[in-house]
Amino acid sequence: MTAAATTLNNINNEKKEPLMQEVEKVSPLYHVRRGVLVFLKYLSLVFITFCILLPLVSCVWTAAKTDAEYKTGNVMAMPSNWFNFSNYVDAFKLSNMAVAFRNSFIVLVCVCFMTTIIGTQLAYVLSRFQFPGNAVIRGAFTLAALLPGIAMQVAVYKIMGSLGMINSLWGYIIMSMGTDVISIYIFIQYFENLPISLDEAAMIDGASYFTIYGRILLPLLKPAIVTALILKGVGIYNEYYAANLYLQDKQKLGTVAISLYAFTGPQGSKYNLICAGVIVTLLPALILFLIFQKQIYNGVAAGAVKE
Amino acid sequence: MTTTTTLPAVDMGPDDIPFNKHQRDWRKIGIICLFCLIPIALLVVFTYLPFFQMCGYSFFKMKYIGTPKYVGLKNYTDIFTRPDLLATLKLSVYYMVGAIIQVALALYLATILAFKVRGGAFFKGAMFFPYLINGIAIGFIFKFFYTRGYVLDSVLQWCGFSLDNLPYWLRDQSVNNWSLVASSVWRYLGQTMILFIGAIMSIDGSLYEAAEIDGANKWQQFKHIILPGIQTILVLNIILAITGSLSAFEAPYVITSGANGTGTFFVQMDKIAHSDQKVGLASAMAVVLLVIILICALLQKIVMNFLFRDADDGTAKARKHAHKVEKARRKAMKRQNKVAVGRTSLFKNGNSLKAVES
Repeated sequence: MTAAATTLNNINNEKKEPLMQEVEKVSPLYHVRRGVLVFLKYLSLVFITFCILLPLVSCVWTAAKTDAEYKTGNVMAMPSNWFNFSNYVDAFKLSNMAVAFRNSFIVLVCVCFMTTIIGTQLAYVLSRFQFPGNAVIRGAFTLAALLPGIAMQVAVYKIMGSLGMINSLWGYIIMSMGTDVISIYIFIQYFENLPISLDEAAMIDGASYFTIYGRILLPLLKPAIVTALILKGVGIYNEYYAANLYLQDKQKLGTVAISLYAFTGPQGSKYNLICAGVIVTLLPALILFLIFQKQIYNGVAAGAVKE
Repeated sequence: MTTTTTLPAVDMGPDDIPFNKHQRDWRKIGIICLFCLIPIALLVVFTYLPFFQMCGYSFFKMKYIGTPKYVGLKNYTDIFTRPDLLATLKLSVYYMVGAIIQVALALYLATILAFKVRGGAFFKGAMFFPYLINGIAIGFIFKFFYTRGYVLDSVLQWCGFSLDNLPYWLRDQSVNNWSLVASSVWRYLGQTMILFIGAIMSIDGSLYEAAEIDGANKWQQFKHIILPGIQTILVLNIILAITGSLSAFEAPYVITSGANGTGTFFVQMDKIAHSDQKVGLASAMAVVLLVIILICALLQKIVMNFLFRDADDGTAKARKHAHKVEKARRKAMKRQNKVAVGRTSLFKNGNSLKAVES
């Protein structure tokens, strides 16, 4: 480089140089740092996922063990035959799960159907009509969402008793219908986004309010209904406190969630059997989760925004 | 009148459509009553009736069967003087700490998983799935997990701990509450994470690009873009965590049944109500907790208003300012008008007004 060129460069690079230097200095270090950060990111993800899956996966291999294997070997030892389904069969029989699945299915279908109907109807009325009491009803539902269900059962138990609804599947279904606030909120939100001109157009054509609700708005509400159904379905399938309290004849009326109570007592330490039972109960949830992953995420997000 | 009914204007709301107002009123009342009847009946029977009854029960000494005996405030004074009940309230501190860890961890995971990550769907799914498992199954899973010499102990032994140094996770009173809190975090971590991911996804993506061009690193992006963007839901979750930890119930109920000093307030209440059948005392406990939760809800409103007053202030200030300007303008106009009135005849007033305006 000639002297003339360097001086020219110097003049030019007065401002540029420190920046250029910095980039050159930083860039290799930057890549190392970035690499370390990415590594740490994945390490943390893998570690947390391991912690989450460990309790579940340990159940899977324990469920495949025979009694002898379970009693003599270490818990973490792998089973000799991964496809040993005898525990599943035993667990299924012992906890009377065929009946439990039938009961859960009845409860699930009835409650989901009824809450969708009455929830959308209420939401339709609240979002489409101005009437005295509209705000009061909304407020009453909001307040109800704050009251913790378990605390209320102290008094609900007595009411259920006086209505003769203890130890009856229908009583349990009716009670489960009553405490649904989240889906009503989802419906109201969705209704308010549907343009009111739809109602008007139908009204001019001579449609009754019932037709407007049933034929025009309800089909449009489908995404909200799916979301609400998933939330409600998961809640009902997993509900065990009220089910345990009100369905006392567990052999005949037990739902899937409480069928596992069969393993308390003398069977309490045969974990190969218990693990098989646990896996049977969470299999339907797993299958539905794999199919409806996206809708479930949406449902969970929508359900919590209101709280 | 007849012309208006046959020609409904386009820009009218449903209430303004004439036939809506007159002939259909009774139908409207009918549909409102029909559609509200069942939900409200259910709400009253299973929420409000028990609520008021419970408030009533709390002043009595009673069982589910038999005649109640009025005892005044004795049930309430019992709650705050019986040491075993007071201790249960202290347990919620464990759950509060757990809830805060849960929110922090979920926030960390959400900021990673809201963006493109290899295997992101798998990580998300694995972390969320525990939320879909029923409580009793979780009870068994963790009883198995924490049993002496079983899953957790084996893993820790692989890591070099000796079994003799490890505590009994569910029996040892110095750790058993933490064990339960961990299981609760295990269960709800994924759910909180999904909420945060939803909130982060709703932030405008071009903000990150702009920040990257300006040379902001990931931490700065998190601090200045993500954190303000999800403020509402974050505050909401922290407050929910506090109320949730006061009413912690599931983990101790299904895993230890409240044995060895793990019985939280609700677990104790459940026992008092359904095993001991002391309905009055249990009702009083429920009422006390309800009051605390309602206070928390109120605080939530206040905190939210306080935190987000800046955002509101902006529009409020603008509106105030606009109002002031408008007032000044009117005043000025009036003054001009007066002068104008003095100068010109009345029917030309409109013109002069327009002139002033322009």
